[in-house]
Amino acid sequence: MSLMPSLDLFLQPEIFLVWTSALKTFVILGVVLTMVAYSVWAERKVSAFIQDRIGPNRVGWAGLIQPVADGVKLLLKENFVPGGVNKFFFSIAPSLAMIPSILVLAVLPFGSSLFGVPMVIANLDIGVLWVFAVSSLGVYGIVLAGWASNSKYPFLGGIRSSSQMISYELSLGLSVVPVFMITGTLNLGEIVQYQVDNGWMVFPAWFQTGAGLRDMTTESGSMFGLDLGKTLLWIPMMISFVVFIIAMFAETNRIPFDLPEAEQELVGGYHTEYSSMRFALFFLGEYAAMIAGSGVIVTLFLGGWSLPFVPDGSQGWFWGLVNIGTFFAKIAAIIFFFLWVRWTLPRFRFDQLMKLGWYVFFEVALINIFLTAGILAYLQS
Amino acid sequence: MATIVQRPQLSLLERSYFPAILGGLWITIKHFIKTLFGQTKVTMQYPEQKWDSALPEWYRGAPTLVKDEHDRERCVACQLCEFICPPRAITIKPAEFPSNGPWAKVEKYPEKFDIDMIRCIYCGLCEEVCPEQAIFLRKDYSITGLTRAEMVHDKEKLYELGGVRHGLVNKWNEKK
Repeated sequence: MSLMPSLDLFLQPEIFLVWTSALKTFVILGVVLTMVAYSVWAERKVSAFIQDRIGPNRVGWAGLIQPVADGVKLLLKENFVPGGVNKFFFSIAPSLAMIPSILVLAVLPFGSSLFGVPMVIANLDIGVLWVFAVSSLGVYGIVLAGWASNSKYPFLGGIRSSSQMISYELSLGLSVVPVFMITGTLNLGEIVQYQVDNGWMVFPAWFQTGAGLRDMTTESGSMFGLDLGKTLLWIPMMISFVVFIIAMFAETNRIPFDLPEAEQELVGGYHTEYSSMRFALFFLGEYAAMIAGSGVIVTLFLGGWSLPFVPDGSQGWFWGLVNIGTFFAKIAAIIFFFLWVRWTLPRFRFDQLMKLGWYVFFEVALINIFLTAGILAYLQS
Repeated sequence: MATIVQRPQLSLLERSYFPAILGGLWITIKHFIKTLFGQTKVTMQYPEQKWDSALPEWYRGAPTLVKDEHDRERCVACQLCEFICPPRAITIKPAEFPSNGPWAKVEKYPEKFDIDMIRCIYCGLCEEVCPEQAIFLRKDYSITGLTRAEMVHDKEKLYELGGVRHGLVNKWNEKK
C-alpha cells in the first residue's frame, strides 16, 4: 500500500512527461553515441573491404572493441594547446561542433510508441525548422576552430566550410519544401504518420502499413496504394530526395564535399591544431552529424520507423520495439551509403562545389517546389 | 612546341556526373561483396601466418654457428669472418686449448662469439669465408629485441639458432 501513492505521483501527467522524456533522452544518447563509435569502426571496415583489405581485426572479434581502444588512446593523449591560439574559442569550438548534431536527435521520431508513450523526445510542431536551425549551427564549431587556431590551414578550412554550408543549406532547405506541401505539416511525427498511411515518400507504391489492408476497401486504396496522384508526386519526391541527400553530404562534410578538411590540401583542415579529446570531439561530432542527417533523411523520405505490414506500437510493445529497430536499421543503411560513396568518389574542386551548389542544386530545388505546386493544384482541380 | 590536347566531347548525360558515379559505386560494391564473402585474396596475416615454407633454399637469414653430429663446435676461432664482415658485426675472443691436452692440434676455440644483429647486413660473406663451415646463414629473418644488448647474439644464442649440421669437418679430423 505504501507503494501506491508514489506510483500515482509518477503517473501524474506532468511528472510522467518529465521522467519518460529523461529516460528517452538517456537511452537515445547512449544508443547514438554507441552508433557513433561503431560507425568509425564501420568506416574503417567498409573502406578496407572496398580496397580489398581486412581492416581492424586485432582488438576483439573482427576488431569490434577497436572503438574502445581508440577512445582510450585519445583520452590518454596530451591535450596540447599551441601558443598564439585564442584560448576561449579554441576550447569551446569542439563542443560547438558536437552539440548541434546531438540536439537534432531531440525531434526525430525514432519509433511509434511504447506502452502508449510516443517515441520522440520533443514532439515539436516545427520539428523540421528545429533540425535546420540547429544543424546549421554546427558550422560555428568549424569556423571558430579554424579562426581560433591562428594557423593558415585551419583558417582556410574554416572559410571553406562556412561558404560550403551557406551554399548547400539553401538547397537543403528548399528541397524539403515539397514534402511539407504534400503532407501539410512541419511536425516530423505527422510526416512519418502520413508516410505510414500513404506509402513512403520515395516508394509510394509500397504496401501500406498498419491500416494498409483495411484501406484496400476504401475508395482511394488499391492493392499497392498507387494511384495517379501518387505517381505524379513521386517525380518531385525523387528529385527532392536526390537533392536533399547530396546537400546532406555537403552539410556533413563528407566526401565528395569534404573540402573543409581536405587532407591533401589543408593538412587536416580546421582541426589541424587539435589533439587528444578535443580532436576526438570533432571527429565524433562529424559522425554524430552523419547519424543525425541520416535520421532526418529516413524520417522525411524513407518512412521513418514504418515498415510494410508491420503494425505500430499501439498493437503491443513488441511491435513498438520492432519499429524502433526499423528506424535504426534504416539509419545504418543510409550510413553505409555514406561510407560507400566516400570510398568511391574523389573530392570536388572548390569551384566545382560552388558551381554545383549555386547553379544546379539551388535551381533544381526551386523548380521542384513549383513542379510540386503545379501537380498538387492539378490533383485538387 | 605547344601540344594541343583534344578534349573529349561529353554528352549532357556524361556531364551530369551520374553515369560515372553509378559506375564507380558499382565497382566498389563489387569489391566490398567479394571481400565480405572471402572471394578476394587478401594480404597474409603476418604474425599468425608466415611465408617460411615459401622461402628459397638459398635464403640468407640470420648468421648462426653450427655444431657437428657429435655436438662439437666447428669454429676454430680463426677470425676470418670477423675480418671480412663489412659492417664489423662479429666480435670473437679466441681461447687456446691446453697444449698438453688431447686436442692440442686444434689450438683454438672461440671463448666469446658475438654477432651484433643491429649491424649485420645478411650479406653471407662470413659463411663464404669460413674454412670450417662453422657459420651458416639460416632462415630466421625476424630478429627483434627491446634493447641494443638484446640484439647482440652471443655464442649460446648462435648455437641455439644454428643447431647441428652434418658433413665434412676438418677441425676434429685427427688425420688432418
